[in-house]
Amino acid sequence: MNLTLKIWRQQNAKASGAFVTYQVQGVTPDMSFLEMLDLLNENLQAKAEPPVAFEHDCREGICGACGFLINGVAHGGRRGTTVCQLSMRFFKDGDSVTLEPWRARAFPVLRDLAVDRSPFDRIIQAGGFITAPTGGAPEANNILVPKDSAETAFDAAACIGCGACVAACPNAAAMLFTAAKVTHLNSLPQGQPQRDRRTLSMVAAMTNEIFGSCTNHGECEAVCPKKIPIEFIGKMNRDLIHATLHHRGD
Amino acid sequence: MLESKIPSGPIEKKWEKARFDFKLVNPANRRKHSVIIVGSGLAGAAAAASLAQQGYRVDCFCFQDSPRRAHSIAAQGGINAAKNYRNDGDSIFRLFYDTVKGGDFRAREGNVYRLAQLSVNIIDQCVAQGVPFAREYGGLLDTRSFGGVQVSRTFYARGQTGQQLLLGAYQALEEQEAAGSVKMHSRSEMLDLVLVNGKARGIITRNLVTGAIDSYAADVVVLATGGYGNVFYLSTNAKGSNATAIWRAHRRGALFGNPCFTQIHPTCIPVSSEHQSKLTLMSESLRNDGRVWVPKKQGDTRPPSQIPEDERDYYLERRYPSFGNLVPRDVASRAAKEVCDELRGVGPGGQGVYLDFADAIRRMGEAQVREKYGNLFDMYEEITGENAYKVPMRIYPAVHYTMGGLWVDYNLMSTIPGLFVAGEANFSDHGANRLGASALMQGLADGYFILPYSLPNYIASSPLEKVDTSHPAFAATKEEVSRRVATMVNVRGKRSVDSFHKELGKMMWENCGMARSEQGLKSNLEKIPALREEFWKNVNIVGTGEELNQSLEKAGRVADFLELGELMCLDALQRRESCGGHFRVESQTPEGEALRDDEHFSYVSAWEWKGEGGQWELHKEPLTFEYVHLAQRSYK
Repeated sequence: MNLTLKIWRQQNAKASGAFVTYQVQGVTPDMSFLEMLDLLNENLQAKAEPPVAFEHDCREGICGACGFLINGVAHGGRRGTTVCQLSMRFFKDGDSVTLEPWRARAFPVLRDLAVDRSPFDRIIQAGGFITAPTGGAPEANNILVPKDSAETAFDAAACIGCGACVAACPNAAAMLFTAAKVTHLNSLPQGQPQRDRRTLSMVAAMTNEIFGSCTNHGECEAVCPKKIPIEFIGKMNRDLIHATLHHRGD
Repeated sequence: MLESKIPSGPIEKKWEKARFDFKLVNPANRRKHSVIIVGSGLAGAAAAASLAQQGYRVDCFCFQDSPRRAHSIAAQGGINAAKNYRNDGDSIFRLFYDTVKGGDFRAREGNVYRLAQLSVNIIDQCVAQGVPFAREYGGLLDTRSFGGVQVSRTFYARGQTGQQLLLGAYQALEEQEAAGSVKMHSRSEMLDLVLVNGKARGIITRNLVTGAIDSYAADVVVLATGGYGNVFYLSTNAKGSNATAIWRAHRRGALFGNPCFTQIHPTCIPVSSEHQSKLTLMSESLRNDGRVWVPKKQGDTRPPSQIPEDERDYYLERRYPSFGNLVPRDVASRAAKEVCDELRGVGPGGQGVYLDFADAIRRMGEAQVREKYGNLFDMYEEITGENAYKVPMRIYPAVHYTMGGLWVDYNLMSTIPGLFVAGEANFSDHGANRLGASALMQGLADGYFILPYSLPNYIASSPLEKVDTSHPAFAATKEEVSRRVATMVNVRGKRSVDSFHKELGKMMWENCGMARSEQGLKSNLEKIPALREEFWKNVNIVGTGEELNQSLEKAGRVADFLELGELMCLDALQRRESCGGHFRVESQTPEGEALRDDEHFSYVSAWEWKGEGGQWELHKEPLTFEYVHLAQRSYK
């Protein structure tokens, strides 16, 4: 099949960008979306034109490196799918497809479809961990974890940090990302000693990184490739109120 | 030259003895010492966090935009530990025994025993960090049997064990970064190692956003940069996984151990077209409940549902009745290749075999199959468009892991003083074949529990003169790196980087893949240098070195693969035996099983770089076995 691609091209963070239209021919249904872009890039380079920069690594939906908007929807709109897992069999001959990078003040564009997501690392630094220096851990089965808690923790820990939630949010909020880590760690017995401190400082870090606030649109859950549910934002808010009340005057 | 430094004494006391003999660094002096760690996967992140906790100043580098994306994240199945929680006969000695045997007796007993001992501590450490392992209803840890062993010693977090273990290590790393003990350098690729007076004292990196070539100095350098499976172009590795860091170190004097030992994983989704850019692994935990078969008849194109039971060949169960579908990876991969070579393969191109869950669904119901493997079935359907609850999956072997890597001693130090190598990047522990769920174990053992002891010992026992990046060795190495980058960019030829990579990969897969022959290897040894020469004359990189340039990044990695590929073939050629993942067609039993030759090949091959153009010298580290009885592996 043949496709028309409108792609955001921007040489670096300081340059101004624009959409450029390309034609790709010979796309087959068994290709992945990124393999289709590989094909485009091979063609561009043969004409000595700079290839489209896009982030990718594992190409199996787990590293979280890839992601951009396809026709305005993060990761292309297939439920629970990253761009790298998106198959071309969901497109048809003659389709026109628009590709643009995550749009959020906190995620400046580096080049074309690649953005800087380092604010996510800084939110984790604020408290997204359980302090357990190597060597001092007790025998693993001394810590009993109810199966339900382990399952909730896992559902939250499945986050791959791709940034789709931010890109989809009208407020460019990082609430789903932050709530996923807070829920993962706060659900476990091992996470209890640092529970309040974690919640307070991760929420503060999120605000400092110029992410917006949640106004319950639910767009984040809709595009999350790991189907992290929005109820975790509710859990985080509950933990935040609890922590705030307990630490008044700290 | 090759001193393995395995401590004397009984095997169960060796590590204890080593730790007692190690010299210590006074806590007040640790801040004065700096460590460079390249790579932020399980081994790198675990080492960076643990050394920072002890008080060393750590600089950690990764090429990804965040350390959380290292390819350890993609490991699905689980992590082994000799906890014996199941009361099913497991022990440290049994894990040790299984690993040495699984590696086809080409690993050091001392290293493997230590790995088995440390496996127990790893689970404790990861649970304390909040890794959400699978649980029983009573709250205890759940385990399963995995990849060729008969005890349930594999701990797991659904099909995303690697992700959860990596996030645990990553979070510990981020905590140390917040504390100011680690400085993380993301989007930075190591392009060379700097030696001062014969010791590793720093690295040269390229900033992947600005293109700036930077120098960093330290007392010790650790490479935890993963494996080199991408030499085959198509593999289950991430697209960015590369050998550049270890290869540059090799060219600076670090010996390369067992380069031809690569692992071909039996359960991957088959190749569907020439545009394919990577292969996707289906966790081999699927082999616990799925049954592997092909039609008995050649060229049988009927849909699987119309092939009656008595016309199916469950070839693993037939050939290996006691292990059945759970034979080790090398055995399962080779068996799949054989049935496809007999024209009994299924799917487009006949390069596939069925992995059938119909019996499992009948036995335990679709709901339970979904609970155990749901995410894998979903992934399979996304990629192939087929529902594996209704039709059997199609699988085929793919390159997955490299057991070879830089040669290290018991302390994980390479032949360059001050250069340590951890995780998949080193050659140790797995011999000629790695058992399932052992990669995560080794990466974390190296990072959490070995380097934090052996590296301070080096600092405490070596005279380390004060060196910073103003030393002339840094300027000289930096100049070489800049020149190499500029040369590559300025070729302005006609062929894309990927086209060279694909051509190399095809040669490697055909002649240095699942079956290797003298003739095929010799043909590769003629063709690879020619391809390399063409690369430097005809590669086309658009753009400059002073910007974010993904073609340039790939080109540097492919240039190194074009040298490493040659060494792999050379190593495969000299090892005229079959062992583990290395199958020489000239060395097989009458039944077609791999035939080892202990009399002539019971050694680690360690190659020394002797200059451009395919010059290497082979050194041999003899292997001796005191605790495990050398035997031809049999899974019948």
